[in-house]
Amino acid sequence: MAKPAKLTRAAMQSGLGRARGLGAAKEGVQHWWVQRLTAAALVPLTLWFVASVILLTGADHATVSAWIARPFNTVLLLCLLGATFWHASLGLQVVIEDYIHRERTRLAALLAVKAVLLLGALSGILAVLRVAL
Amino acid sequence: MDARDALMTGTTSDGRLVRRPLSPHLQVYRPQITSVLSISHRISGIALAVGTFLLVSWLLAAAEGPSAFAEAQAFMGSFLGRLMLFGWTLALFYHFCNGIRHLAWDLGHGYDLESVTRTGWFTVGAAVGLTLLAWALGYAVMG
Repeated sequence: MAKPAKLTRAAMQSGLGRARGLGAAKEGVQHWWVQRLTAAALVPLTLWFVASVILLTGADHATVSAWIARPFNTVLLLCLLGATFWHASLGLQVVIEDYIHRERTRLAALLAVKAVLLLGALSGILAVLRVAL
Repeated sequence: MDARDALMTGTTSDGRLVRRPLSPHLQVYRPQITSVLSISHRISGIALAVGTFLLVSWLLAAAEGPSAFAEAQAFMGSFLGRLMLFGWTLALFYHFCNGIRHLAWDLGHGYDLESVTRTGWFTVGAAVGLTLLAWALGYAVMG
């Protein structure tokens, strides 16, 4: 009796599938990777932001506005908002996909959460730019 | 067979109803440091996503002008505001520390059971310590 062919990855995948390298989810490891990338970016950004907020405890409007308007702080605040909302969007997506099983409900929840997060990110960015520019 | 078995059904691609295997329920297990910290990472992540809107409203108030900002500061300084901020700080530092633990796992470090337990308790201690430190420094700055 002939030995059955070994089920290696090369034997099971089509040539095109192998060249694309993205697997059944069609996006490869992009979701996983961006979640880690934003997490790593948020480590220094979070430390900087918490330290800044501590130094601004009880500060008045003029002081806080001047702090936001300093170019260094403006840029880091925009990075913080972008990385935070992106990271939150990826994280909440996984939570929804894990716990909501009905397909229509799941899609509706995903779209709603992503829309709200996008609004939050845009509002934060607008506020920072309004103060800074 | 209990009532839950009846709910564990699915359909095959040709529409036939099939019974799905039922995995042991979560409440069968005694809570352990590993499982409690794992679900806490999720819960703190969800809390932080909600709390991010607190940050956005603070920035919007600053953009709006001095009176709106004074109102926002007054709310943050109230008992409810401080309670929310304290919860936010704790969730932030927990998710921060445990996130670093996750990044270390992603790099292949600390997978054995002893390390997982040790880094788990260290994460709890660091999160509580950093939260208390941040608040002590905040109060010190305010004078």
